[in-house]
Amino acid sequence: MASVELAGPTERELDAESADWLRRLSAGTGALRQQAERELHARLVRIALAEVSRRSASTPVTGPELTDVAHQAAGDAMLAILAKLADFRGESRFITWAYRFVILEVSSKLGRHYWRNPPVALDAAQWERLPDRLGIDPEEHAASAGILAEVRRVVEDELTAHQRRVFVAVVVDGIPLDAVAARLSLQRNAIYKVIFDARRKIRRALVANGYLEDGGLERR
Amino acid sequence: MSDRERLERFLRTDPRDVGCDEAMAVLHIYVDLVVTGDDAAGRYPGVAAHLAACGPCAEDFTGLLAAVASD
Repeated sequence: MASVELAGPTERELDAESADWLRRLSAGTGALRQQAERELHARLVRIALAEVSRRSASTPVTGPELTDVAHQAAGDAMLAILAKLADFRGESRFITWAYRFVILEVSSKLGRHYWRNPPVALDAAQWERLPDRLGIDPEEHAASAGILAEVRRVVEDELTAHQRRVFVAVVVDGIPLDAVAARLSLQRNAIYKVIFDARRKIRRALVANGYLEDGGLERR
Repeated sequence: MSDRERLERFLRTDPRDVGCDEAMAVLHIYVDLVVTGDDAAGRYPGVAAHLAACGPCAEDFTGLLAAVASD
């Protein structure tokens, strides 16, 4: 994979609101800092609650547990923000930087909580669901049967055991990537990289066997 | 889009894709550029490529954008 290219200036003059947050959150241990921490925590809780609500349709986590996830995410984000305050370099507004922590915490915690009541077990291998997962029209399943069978053959015969397990969990069974990462004690990026490599390997096999035409971005 | 094109699009990988870690490391910068109408994708093409391919990171992008917009 590529690396982030920092084209153009990334740091900018600190805006007044960001400077105020930094000044107050760095103000020793007095009342000013405590007030700033209360304000920030309240905002993180509000953002976390809104975020779990926004994601409620795509997670099996519901009700009070979802609210708990939001409060836990806000609390953990708050701790991380205070611990990393010195790392803030003014490349964005402070509040955008801070909100990133709580959004990522929500993702991570929803991934872990998925396994408390999972709608699909790891290694279920529901191959009959693959057309739906890929958005293939049910009326055209028959026409796509050949290429989908080839996808399955490549997955089963040419992927490594680890690639196969991850690909089947995420792509075939539709288990959220963050949930698979949590279950396998891996980072999201590690799971994504496995899927990325599996997609390339499957595509190359389909091209080699005449199911797809060559070309495209992969051949840069 | 035909089913074959749909499958081809899913399997196609973009060599500019920077992966989750690098994309999430600059997500706040990317979101602020989007909010201010700057060319976020032009400045960070590898992040844009990643967000187009990674559902969880795209979800985080959407969430952070919504959070900032809600202020």
